[in-house]
Amino acid sequence: MPTFVRTEKCDGCKGQDKTACMYICPHNLMKLDKDGSETGHAMKAFNQEPEQCWECYSCVKICPQGAIEARHYADIVPLGGSVQPMRGSDSIMWTIKFRNGTLKRFKFPIRTTAEGSIDPYGGKPMPKMSEITADGVFTRGVMGGFRAGNPAELIRK
Amino acid sequence: MAGTFEAPEVVQEELDILLIGGGMACCGTAYEMMRWAEAVKAETGKELKIKLVDKAAMDRSGAVAQGLSAINTYIGDKQDPADYARMVSNDLMGITRDDLAYDLGRNVDDSVHLFEEWGLPIWKTDAEGVRHDGAEALKEGLPALKDGGQPVRSGKWQIMINGESYKWIVAEAAKKALGLDRIQERVFIVKLVNDKNDPSRVAGAVGFSVRENKLYVYKAKAIMLAAGGCVNLFRPRSVGEGSGRAWYPVWNAGSTYAMAAEAGAEMTMMENRFVPARFKDGYGPVGAWFLLFKAKATNAYGEDYMVKNKEMLNDYPPYGQAAVPASCLRNHLMLKEMKEGRGPIYMDTVTALAKLAETLTPKEVKHLEAEAWEDFLDMCIGQCGIWVGENIDPREKNSELMPTEPYLLGSHSGCCGIWVSGPTDVGAPTTEEYDGVPAHLPKGWNWGYRSMTTVKGLFTAGDGVGASGHKFSSGSHTEGRLAAKAMVKYALDNADWKVELDTSPEELVAQIYQPVRTFLEFKDYSTAIDVNPNYITPKMLQMRLQKIMDEYVAGVATYYNTNDKMLAVAEEKLEMLKEDSQKLRAKDLHELLRAWENYHRILTAEAHMKHIQFREESRYPGFYYRTDKNFVDEKNWHCFVNSIYDKNTKKWTCFKRKHVDLVDKSKLFKAAAPH
Repeated sequence: MPTFVRTEKCDGCKGQDKTACMYICPHNLMKLDKDGSETGHAMKAFNQEPEQCWECYSCVKICPQGAIEARHYADIVPLGGSVQPMRGSDSIMWTIKFRNGTLKRFKFPIRTTAEGSIDPYGGKPMPKMSEITADGVFTRGVMGGFRAGNPAELIRK
Repeated sequence: MAGTFEAPEVVQEELDILLIGGGMACCGTAYEMMRWAEAVKAETGKELKIKLVDKAAMDRSGAVAQGLSAINTYIGDKQDPADYARMVSNDLMGITRDDLAYDLGRNVDDSVHLFEEWGLPIWKTDAEGVRHDGAEALKEGLPALKDGGQPVRSGKWQIMINGESYKWIVAEAAKKALGLDRIQERVFIVKLVNDKNDPSRVAGAVGFSVRENKLYVYKAKAIMLAAGGCVNLFRPRSVGEGSGRAWYPVWNAGSTYAMAAEAGAEMTMMENRFVPARFKDGYGPVGAWFLLFKAKATNAYGEDYMVKNKEMLNDYPPYGQAAVPASCLRNHLMLKEMKEGRGPIYMDTVTALAKLAETLTPKEVKHLEAEAWEDFLDMCIGQCGIWVGENIDPREKNSELMPTEPYLLGSHSGCCGIWVSGPTDVGAPTTEEYDGVPAHLPKGWNWGYRSMTTVKGLFTAGDGVGASGHKFSSGSHTEGRLAAKAMVKYALDNADWKVELDTSPEELVAQIYQPVRTFLEFKDYSTAIDVNPNYITPKMLQMRLQKIMDEYVAGVATYYNTNDKMLAVAEEKLEMLKEDSQKLRAKDLHELLRAWENYHRILTAEAHMKHIQFREESRYPGFYYRTDKNFVDEKNWHCFVNSIYDKNTKKWTCFKRKHVDLVDKSKLFKAAAPH
């Protein structure tokens, strides 16, 4: 299902400092057609290489206008279904429409902390250079994740 | 001055440490490294110059971009790192580096605990055995994993998460650790540069912006190269729009392998591949269906082929006799049904969900349905697209399974990659018993800096580290962290080394920009932009590569069969393709990205082909068969196949390295239970 941009909804991210879908696409697929010379729709984004689309939905989820949807791969999937998310700050809501009209809705958590709130080294030790050749990571003493293992298992040691 | 397409600006920068990639491995590297860099600054006053360069945006780059529904490597407090190393070994038919797997096993949970602290919702089981999603678990006051919270296991090593924002969260921590000044996004590094005064050393890397007319030449003492595995080197089963629906991310172009090989790094197990058996066409994950929902896969006539064909496992001792047979052997049993005309293969979702529903309340049934959908929505939305388009409700209609086109990777259930220096405290060999290893290469399994390749200063992690699969997202992050410390140490130890590139910046710039020059020079020769005898488009080059690999190097076209004769044909065709890659064209920056990605794919594919040719057996039945050597030969081939590439002669040299067990594998084969 390559993604596509709804002409009437896309505003080219005029109010933003950069076009959200272009910023996020991991495969460099989304492109802003500034003068309309490529699509006939000036200042709107489009998917420039649909057969390279992984359907990761990164563009769909980030679009501030909700202008991006997916149309299932035409060489595989019958027409008529849709899978559309609304991604919030702590959860994501999915609206799922079958070809036969059946509707389903699901909501799942996506993170338990506020976006931007991570304090990566808060409460973490400052390592000593003398420890740089020791095994393990610098948080080994505080994260409770080191599994020392039974020494008898190492048969060549 | 920003430059023009005809005359791009050249940016040169000198660093201590360069990180190439922005996925889980590089996020782990960045997180660990910046803390050690802080320590260095605090103790010596020296500020290391560090930069991360990603061809995409870190928030959604790498294999975890879409999200994940499980963390596949979490050891927990009830299993031993040795158990983990054993599992990795058996799934990869006995040829893995126990030192690397063991070290990862003892450290990986640290990263998982950090992810949870940063905000990743992790499912929990409460005292009554009821499972809760990550947000609910928090509301219920269930403890974090770090404090003894019990995860929901969907397998011996896997734990369930609500992972839509997994990468977003891990990237946030890495970005904060680095600071935005040390991050360069949308620059694609395409080539490493060796040192002028010591060719066995890495000295820098070059690339270009995919957004501006800018080329980048970086000098660095130490480089982390972690740019993913290789996808779409084989013709995919879907060749239209659906060719983007690869199982692994379509943007993994073999850059890690190709750049490392060209820099002279020793590669390992490049014959290994992964052919996942997945939900057909959408490539939705099967793990939760098998392990959490207890579904069975059957042939078209309802027969459980793992039971029906179990005798076939005896052909491959001892690997077929483990409690859980290797992934390739499970494919092997499935392929028998397909080849003999008893397809399609199905995942029996109907029976599985009905059986689970028998003992559940209506509310719990509703929850179960949501879990089944979330499994796909978190990491493979395309599969839901197929379900809705074909009106498939998994409670009412079974879904087809199918083995995919082959993938090359080192972090998932595959183990191709680069030969790296391992830990020194687990009994790894310090000598090499086999002759034939080129004299300039190290003898044992460790040579000073953890995760350094055989090229001084060049490190790797994640998909880059060969002979040690099954690290997945958490393990890749951890591997990056383990390398980070060694990289800082290396940069300090080599503080006085004066880095000099073996090629002038002008020459490097000319090389990486050649596809654009070719286009500009010849574009008016013909009236149709894509049909021109002076150049080849990246897209056609990719399709040619895929055709060669599919038809001669054991792709889906031949049911994963090849032989010495077919490989010889492929060898010749790949040589010509590699020559023609010099005539790639790029009509814009986007196509320049594709041109270099496909060049990387060719080198990766060539390595794959040469290794399969060298290894005169079929080590991974179900992933590929050499029909002229259709057996596993423990006597002659229970060993690593490694190789080096000479960028001047453009030739590969393959050789054996001895395999040694550091943990006792016989424990795997006791009390084998039926699948």
